[in-house]
This record gives sequence, structure tokens and C-alpha cells, in this order.
Amino acid sequence: MPDLSINFAGIKSPNPFWLASAPPTNSGYQVMKAFDAGWGGAVWKTLGIPVINVSSRYGSINYRDTRMAGFNNIELITDRPLADNLKEIEEVKKFFPNHAVIASLMVESKAEWQQIIKDVENAGADGIELNFGCPHGMCERGMGSAVGQEPEVLQTIVEWVMEAANIPVITKLSPNISHITDPGLAAARGKTDAISLINTIKSIVGIDLDTYAPYPVVDGKGTNGGYCGPAVKPIALHMLKDLAQHPEIKHIPLSGIGGIETWRDVVEFILLGAESVQVCTAAMHYGFGIVREMEAGLVQFMNDKGYETIYDFKGKALPNVTEWKHLNLKHKVVANINKDKCIGCDLCYIACDDAAHQAIKLDKSDGNRIPEIIDENCVGCNLCALVCPVEECITMEKRDDGKSSVTWEERTLAGSIPTTFDDDLAGGKHHFVPSVEDALKHRK
Amino acid sequence: MGEYKRPTTAIEFEQNFAQKKPLMNDTEAYYESSRCLYCYDAPCVQACPTGIDIPLFIKQINTKNTVGAAKTIFDSNWLGNACGKICPTGVLCEGACVYNHQDVPPLQIGRLQNYATDKAIAEKRNLFHAGSDNGKKIAMVGAGPASIAAACELRTLGYAVDIFEAKDKPTGLTVYGIAPYKITNEEVLNELAFLQDQLGFVIHYNHPITSTKDLEENYDAIFLGVGLGPTAELNLKGEDKQGVVGAVEFIEELRMQHHKISVPDKVIVIGGGNTAMDAASESARMGANETILAYRRDKSDMGAYDFEYELAVGSGVTSLFNVQPLEIMGNGKANGVKFIKTVTENGRLRTVEGSEFIVACDMVIKATGQAKLADFLRDIDGLELDSKKRIIVNTANYQTTNPKYFAGGDAVNGGAEVVNAAYHGKMAAKGIHEWITDNG
Repeated sequence: MPDLSINFAGIKSPNPFWLASAPPTNSGYQVMKAFDAGWGGAVWKTLGIPVINVSSRYGSINYRDTRMAGFNNIELITDRPLADNLKEIEEVKKFFPNHAVIASLMVESKAEWQQIIKDVENAGADGIELNFGCPHGMCERGMGSAVGQEPEVLQTIVEWVMEAANIPVITKLSPNISHITDPGLAAARGKTDAISLINTIKSIVGIDLDTYAPYPVVDGKGTNGGYCGPAVKPIALHMLKDLAQHPEIKHIPLSGIGGIETWRDVVEFILLGAESVQVCTAAMHYGFGIVREMEAGLVQFMNDKGYETIYDFKGKALPNVTEWKHLNLKHKVVANINKDKCIGCDLCYIACDDAAHQAIKLDKSDGNRIPEIIDENCVGCNLCALVCPVEECITMEKRDDGKSSVTWEERTLAGSIPTTFDDDLAGGKHHFVPSVEDALKHRK
Repeated sequence: MGEYKRPTTAIEFEQNFAQKKPLMNDTEAYYESSRCLYCYDAPCVQACPTGIDIPLFIKQINTKNTVGAAKTIFDSNWLGNACGKICPTGVLCEGACVYNHQDVPPLQIGRLQNYATDKAIAEKRNLFHAGSDNGKKIAMVGAGPASIAAACELRTLGYAVDIFEAKDKPTGLTVYGIAPYKITNEEVLNELAFLQDQLGFVIHYNHPITSTKDLEENYDAIFLGVGLGPTAELNLKGEDKQGVVGAVEFIEELRMQHHKISVPDKVIVIGGGNTAMDAASESARMGANETILAYRRDKSDMGAYDFEYELAVGSGVTSLFNVQPLEIMGNGKANGVKFIKTVTENGRLRTVEGSEFIVACDMVIKATGQAKLADFLRDIDGLELDSKKRIIVNTANYQTTNPKYFAGGDAVNGGAEVVNAAYHGKMAAKGIHEWITDNG
């Protein structure tokens, strides 16, 4: 059994699975239930100034038969009394002294920050997370993402906090910016102990077609919410990578957040440099029991790969994430259709013919529905393999000899970048593009 | 002992004839429609005799444009609701679904089709309207599915349509001849009312046509949707005995009388087609202790779809293969059938001398095909029939050899599915429109 425990910037946790600061961590009751179910840590629902919440708070994107592929909320920070929350933090720590309880905080003035830090330290919190990300409601009052979008303000507040805090401080970043490294650097310069990301993305998940109001609808009106859930994972992974590769940030422990639901998501975040992961939507969708699948899968992965701790593979994908200019232009793959597996849906054919490179032909004589790859036109874009509904039916096969490599940067340096459209791949020399008239052959 | 208790109330009847394709609820339709791959040039569409754009209507269901889905269906098939229920989808659209090649259950296209059309019908959605009156009148003989489809299509083009029906209900065998576990009378009639409310064709009930001379004078074209006649005679000794009925007549009585009719203890059904399977299944579900299917050739030679045979067997029907009936036994009332065994040699069926035997029974149902209405058809000038007494049509426009007459349905194909009739009707309507337009 591999060791799943982590020491995240001094915050010890029996495993890397933390609940993110959100509705699932709104009370001691919920956090205790979560720890009992197998979660290693919980970032408490943000404590701060008094707020009032509206009724009708969540909206979601359903994709075909998948509910909550994307999720959006307009709920504010905790609306429960600070004293109650502090008392419950204390109780949870009594029951679970070895689990990580992190207090998420959001206040305005220096005095307020420094006071609330004392409060949560006294309650026994293991760490603090600064909520600089909430993109709805609180930002209108100059907090949340309003801070996350102003690196100078962010750095100032981190400095106030670091002055007062005796326990590790995690700065939580907002993705609602152009470059995540800007607030990341500000947090680093403010001497934060750790960074977590991403908070939710400003969003409108949909419009009610009868009332013309955005979801979630509050008495005929709506507002932008914070988007999360499986749909945002790719954005989170990319921003995590940006921080994990940045020379001035990469030494700082990172906690990954954004659409994590399965063990595969967990491993991907760790491979891009996360040390702990935070989950909200999956718990809101399936309850705390969803952690069982994450843990079982992570253990299986680590056993299969021979890893003993999380640190054995943390950041292992980072060297392979590079800039386009460093990619090997000599690499060549071509699609291959396994005729025995093909069920004849012909989605690959139409996807390629309509939307890619006209590299698949379909001879419909004798009722045939098995398409064929036109090797010379296939640029190896993967689209056919992506649309194919059959496991392992279309595979991308390597066609280069693996011996030669040249990158755009190398060609630039060698002064050999093309000046005409004579590329060996698509659009260039060998690629056949049907004539404009051919487009009308398909008329019925 | 039969598997079904004799139904004595409407509820018991409904239980014995539980719908094979029950309506989907919203949730089931949503999840099922999510599975559709939206195949390119989809095989299900190619397999549909009316060419319904199935991936489109399934996608419309999934995006909660259920009315749009119903419109897509009716655009191709005016009897879209009935066909969703009674089509042999397993050998048509669902049989063609690519999921079959992956050993994954195919999309339940028939049930999805019903989900959409049933909603449109229940909500009385106005999807169609009659075209502006073009002053032309079309007469139709028989109110079966071919005529209904032709009438709907012609009404959208502005023709006045009068349908003359000998019986007192519309839709022909759809209401009189389909096994009750496939569709209820109410469903059939609701769809008809839905179409008639929007398109306003006229059906003259209890109005048999014996001669078309008057119609020729008063109408611009005539559509023959006459279907087939009563069950054909087998010319067996004792065939006229009490307790010997035709399958079509048996099913019609069952559909009209429901639990009020009674089936005796032991029933022999003669035949190997889909109607024989229906009649046998229905006899068993009406509580006959024993229902025996008797077919003169081997099981594999039966014309019935495998799933129909399985359905009959599942209802408790037993079978006798390679037997040919010789005589209906009994004194005035049938009490048995004398059979002789048969063998097939070099593709030819012959009886086995001295192998006669008698199987006792209380009722004999003949499911050996319907007679053609040749006498009526021969009275029409220039109307040619083929060697099997089917009306010859040009399959491009369903025009007969008498240009004023068009035809479709069982009278043309000798007996097939409702969906085939619906397609013929639609095509014939287009043919009529083109012919009338071209001929001023």
C-alpha cells in the first residue's frame, strides 16, 4: 500500500484529497462526515463579514445524458455566524487531529484580516486559505476576484496576512485574468506559503427561453456566477502548469482545483505539479462517497507504476509540456481504421470530409459502410479517432522513423523557416483538396 | 394449461395484452435519445420504408424540441405514431442501428418515435394545415393507412379529399387487424383524429363502393386503397363447419369486442405467417388452454418474423411443423383437424402416404392469406392486375394502368406492413399532384 500522506507547506494530511471551500464544507457536521468518508482535508467555507444569500443559487450544464458537466453558483461566503464556525472547527480537530482543516478567509481591512487569522488559529485550524477568487457578489464589494485581478492589492493583503499568521497560508487565485502568473508572482512576492487554483470562472450557464433570464434565475433576473465542474478541468490544468513551470513560483506548493472528479483527474493534477487536490462539484453531485473511487484509483496507479509517495510522481509531466515552437515537425502519425471493429457509423468519414482534411473515403457500393483512410491526405489530426464511438477502433499510427527531429525554433535559428506554402503536411505539396464543384456532388 | 387466465373484464384484457412497446416517460426518452450517435447517412433511415430522418428526430427529443421531433416524423410518415408502435422495428430501423455491430442494444427508435408523436397528439399540436383550395377533388376507396397518408398529403396541396369506407372505423387493418398488444384502438383513432382535425379530409363511413363509375365522373383522380378481402378459402372438406374462422376475421372481432369474445379450450391455427403468429398469440392470451400452430413446412420456412414466432411461443403456443390439413372433423361443429405429414424433397413439398392423424380441437383459425378483391378491380376499365391479382402500379408515382387511378397498400403489394402502405399513399399523392398539374 503506497503512502498517500502529504506535508503541504507544513499542513499534514493523510491523503491529498481535500474538499474545496464551498457548500460541502459549510459546517462541522459536513466536514466530520467527509473525513469519516475518507477525505484527508477540508478547506472550510469562507469565513468573513456578514452576508445574505439569495434563494436559487446554482445552475448547470447538462451534456446529453450527463448532468452537471459544468456547474455554476452565485452563493456568497458563509452566512453562518463566525462564532459557530470557530466552535465547529475546534470540534472537528478534536475528532480528527491528523486531518487537515484549513480556514478560508475573506475580509477587507488589514485589522479585519489580522483579527480573523487569530480567531481561526485559536480554533485550531491547520492552515489558512485566502479567497481572492470568488467572481460573483463579493467582488462587487471589492473582495474575492476583485483582489485576485489586481496583483498589487493581492500582494499587499498577502503581506498583511503573512505578518500575522503563525500557520501556513495558501493564496487561492482567480482564473479571471489574462495570465495566471501575474497574481501567482504577486502571491510569491508577498511570501505566501502555498498557492491553490483555480477558483471559479465568471460565467452565465444558460438563459431561460421563456423568461429570458440567466440561470440560476432569482425572481426573473440573474447574475454571472462562478463556473466549475468537469468542464473547467482543462483550464485549471493549464493554469496549474503555468505556475508549476514558472521559475519564481515553482518552489511553492500548489493545490489543484477545477473539475476534479475521478482518480484520473487527481493523477493529472499531480503530474502537473499539484501536491494536494481540492474537490467541490463532484461532492455536490455524488456526495462524499465519491472519494472512494479517487483513492482506489490513485492507489492502483501508484502500485502499477511503483510509486511509494505522491512526491514520487509530482510534476512528472511538466518537462513534457512545452511551447509549440519546440515540437518535432518531423513527427508523423496517420489514422488507421480497424475494419473488424468498425460499426459503420461513418462519423469519422463525415467529420474528416466536412470539418478536417478530406482524408477519409467512403465507397458506398454494395452497401459498404466501412470507410478508408487516404494516407496522403491524412495529417494525423486525431479528429477521426476522437469522434469514433468504438474503443480502439481508430488508432493513430506512427509513420516517421523516429530518428530525425526538427523544431520551428531550430529552423528559425537555422534560417530555414518557409517563405512559401510548400509544407510536406496539409495544405502543401502532397495534399489533395477536392474541387469547389465536388462540394455539390453530395446534393440529394 | 394455458399461461393466461381468460380475461373477463377490460382490465384483465389489458393485462393479457400488455403493450409490447409501452410509452416512454420523459426521463427514459432523455437518456435513450442521448445514446444516438447521429450516424452519417444513417442506416436506420435507409432501413425505414418512409425514410424518416431518425437521427434528427432523436436529437430533437434530446434537446427537448419534442414537437419538432413529431413534425420530423410526420413529415415523412403520416402514420408516424401507429408505425412507431406496430412496425417490425427489429428488422427495420432498429435492426439497422450500428450499435448492433458492437453487441450493444440498438436505439429504441420505435418507442422514441412514439414518445414524440404521442405528445404532439395528446397536446393537439397544430403541425400541419391544408393548402389553399385548388378546386380539384380526389376520391379514395378504403380508409386504410395508404388512403389516410395520401389524403393528408393531398390536403396539404389544396385538394379536396373524400374517402369512402365500407366499415364504420378508419385506418383499415391498423385498427381492425393489428395484435392488441401492439397498439390500442384508442391510440389508432387518436392519431387519425389528430390528422383529420388539422387537414380536414372527409371519410364517408359505412359507404362501400361497388362501382367506381360515379367517382370517375365526380372526381379528378381516384386512389384505390382497398386492401385485401376476407381470409381465402382453403377448400378443405369440412371448412364450412361451425368453429372454423379466418384469422383476419378473428382478430377483427377481438379488436372490436375485446374481452367480450370467448375463445374455447383448444385452438388450432393454420399458417406460418405473421398473421398466424398474431392469431395464435391472441388465442393464448384470450385464455385458450392450448393453442397449436400448424404449418405445412419446416419452422425455418415460415414467412413470419422470428420475433413474432418467439412472441407466440412466449404466450404458450405450441407448434406442429411439416403437417398439412386434410379435413376439418366434427359433426356440424369443428372438433378436430385431420393432418397428413409432409416432407420437402429437392425443394418440393410432398405428403407422406399413410401418415394421417387427427388433432382434437374446438376451434380452427385459418391464417392462410387473404383473398384479393379481383372482381371489384376487374370492373375498372384498363386496370391491370398481376398474376397474383395485385394492382400493377408505376412505383415512381403509384399510378395504375388506368391513368386516372392510383393505388397503394396491400392491394398493390399483396399484404405488408402499415409503414409500406403509408409510404405508398404519400408517393401516390405526389404522383396524383404531378399528373393533375401536368394534365391541366
